[in-house]
Amino acid sequence: MSQAMIDSAQAATQTAQSSADPFILSFTVFVLAIFVGYHVVWNVTPALHTPLMSVTNAISSIVIVGAILAAGPVEMNLATVLGLIAVGLAGVNIFGGFMVTQRMLAMFKKRQ
Amino acid sequence: MSANMVALAYLIAAVLIILALKGLSSPESSRRGNLFGMIGMLIAVLVTLQLPGVQNYAWILGALAVGAVVGGSVARKIPMTHMPQLVAFMHSLVGLAAVLIAVSAVYDPAAYGIAANDGGLHLASRIELFLGTFIGAITFTASLVAFAKLQGLLSGTPVTFKGQHFVNLMLGIVMMIAGIVFCIDPSWSSFLLMLAIALVLGVLLIIPIGGADMPVIVSMLNSYSGWAAAGIGFTLGNNMLIIAGALVGSSGAILSYIMCKAMNRSLFNVLLGGFGGQASTAGGAATAGDRPVQAGAAEDAAFLLKNARSVVIVPGYGLAVARAQHALKEVVDSLIASGVDVKFAIHPVAGRMPGHMNVLLAEADVPYDIVYEMDEINPEFSDTDVALVLGANDVVNPAAKTDSSSPIYGMPILEVTKANHVLVVKRSLSVGYAGLDNDLFYMDKTMMLFDDAKKACEAILHAID
Repeated sequence: MSQAMIDSAQAATQTAQSSADPFILSFTVFVLAIFVGYHVVWNVTPALHTPLMSVTNAISSIVIVGAILAAGPVEMNLATVLGLIAVGLAGVNIFGGFMVTQRMLAMFKKRQ
Repeated sequence: MSANMVALAYLIAAVLIILALKGLSSPESSRRGNLFGMIGMLIAVLVTLQLPGVQNYAWILGALAVGAVVGGSVARKIPMTHMPQLVAFMHSLVGLAAVLIAVSAVYDPAAYGIAANDGGLHLASRIELFLGTFIGAITFTASLVAFAKLQGLLSGTPVTFKGQHFVNLMLGIVMMIAGIVFCIDPSWSSFLLMLAIALVLGVLLIIPIGGADMPVIVSMLNSYSGWAAAGIGFTLGNNMLIIAGALVGSSGAILSYIMCKAMNRSLFNVLLGGFGGQASTAGGAATAGDRPVQAGAAEDAAFLLKNARSVVIVPGYGLAVARAQHALKEVVDSLIASGVDVKFAIHPVAGRMPGHMNVLLAEADVPYDIVYEMDEINPEFSDTDVALVLGANDVVNPAAKTDSSSPIYGMPILEVTKANHVLVVKRSLSVGYAGLDNDLFYMDKTMMLFDDAKKACEAILHAID
């Protein structure tokens, strides 16, 4: 990396630390992740597009993190009950999604 | 764990999830990639469970165990032909989970650590919750309708009525207003009104879309489920959720684009719906029936195949419906054993979802290195002795290249007409999804074998041996 790039990266970090709203930082991560997704997904071979969909299904169940937080408090109320239901639903997807992907990928074999 | 350690652990999980998608660039690396994805998810769940606010372990692990049993048993038993339904159903679960999490955050912001000093929600959180909730709600009901259509619980024919798009537009506007009211002055009434309209909109947006367009819709809902997850990530201020959601969102968007391109349709045109409804009743009848075709028997087909130097097989969804993959595999084995060069040609929209036909062939033990994508195989047809079309129709219709008045004109096709001989296995001369007659069936070089794909393969195998 050139010195100029390092400088500008440091400058960007300092500006971010001093003034940027947390939302802007999240939004930065969001936009960069879309670029990463764009490049990674175009590299996926079309033969594996169905496993791609089932695995992204499992991955989007990462919302389980939010569900666990909602279900976290010990005293039960509407929020914790909804959280627990969401944990169950996301759980179906995580286990179902990864396992069915594994099952499909195991079928792809080369010529002997 | 300190907050920094938590953030770093989430970063590791995010990187592992990116590697899971990266692994899918080839079948060899894909299984390891899937393992990375599982480890990433495990890290994310474990780190979240040890957070100080999370105390309700027995119930959480219980709910997770129920999910594991249900998800695991479905994943083990589901037939590969039912993958599109399963994926649609799973999208609806993500959508519903996102809605439940958002409702719970509005009810008790403190559990997420996003409460303002007065115990309510910050404006930024309200906007994020509004976006996350309506995307999640639309994903939930839209995916349920897509699931019902794919599963055959609802008819695949488009449901259209006068003023449909106007009604949807009005509902959309009212939903936005309710959402904005919620952002300005949070109350349950505006939130629930917004949620209810979003749930109804999800249904209304999908009912006018025909069965043929379902691959696009399933991909699009895949994208929505990702954006819903990213929305929850914004609410929680959790970068890992944002990264995972954005990856899934862009993946679904790219798949929708690929499917639209393969059908020569714009996404807008697909979303407006109605395609394939009127066409299947009006089309075909005009020309079919009175034109001569060359019909052959299984023995003729076997003779043609056995004496060919090279054969390219074009499978369509009809092959899977007839459960003929395994019988076809035996025909292929026997041809390869007698020295014929056999390849498979896959159109991007063969099957009911992106890449579906590849999975169905892999399930029948067809090695993936003799299965080719459209762009790879099209230049090879002129060197091919026999193109064998099994249960495919529109994707080999030459009208897409020659007849500018055809509704599918401009759609990329598999150019089987360039082969020396074309062998078409089909139950009758009936029209395909697009409701069009196919000139391929009437060409001099074409031989039709009128039979169910499975019976035809078995008869051909019998005649070869």
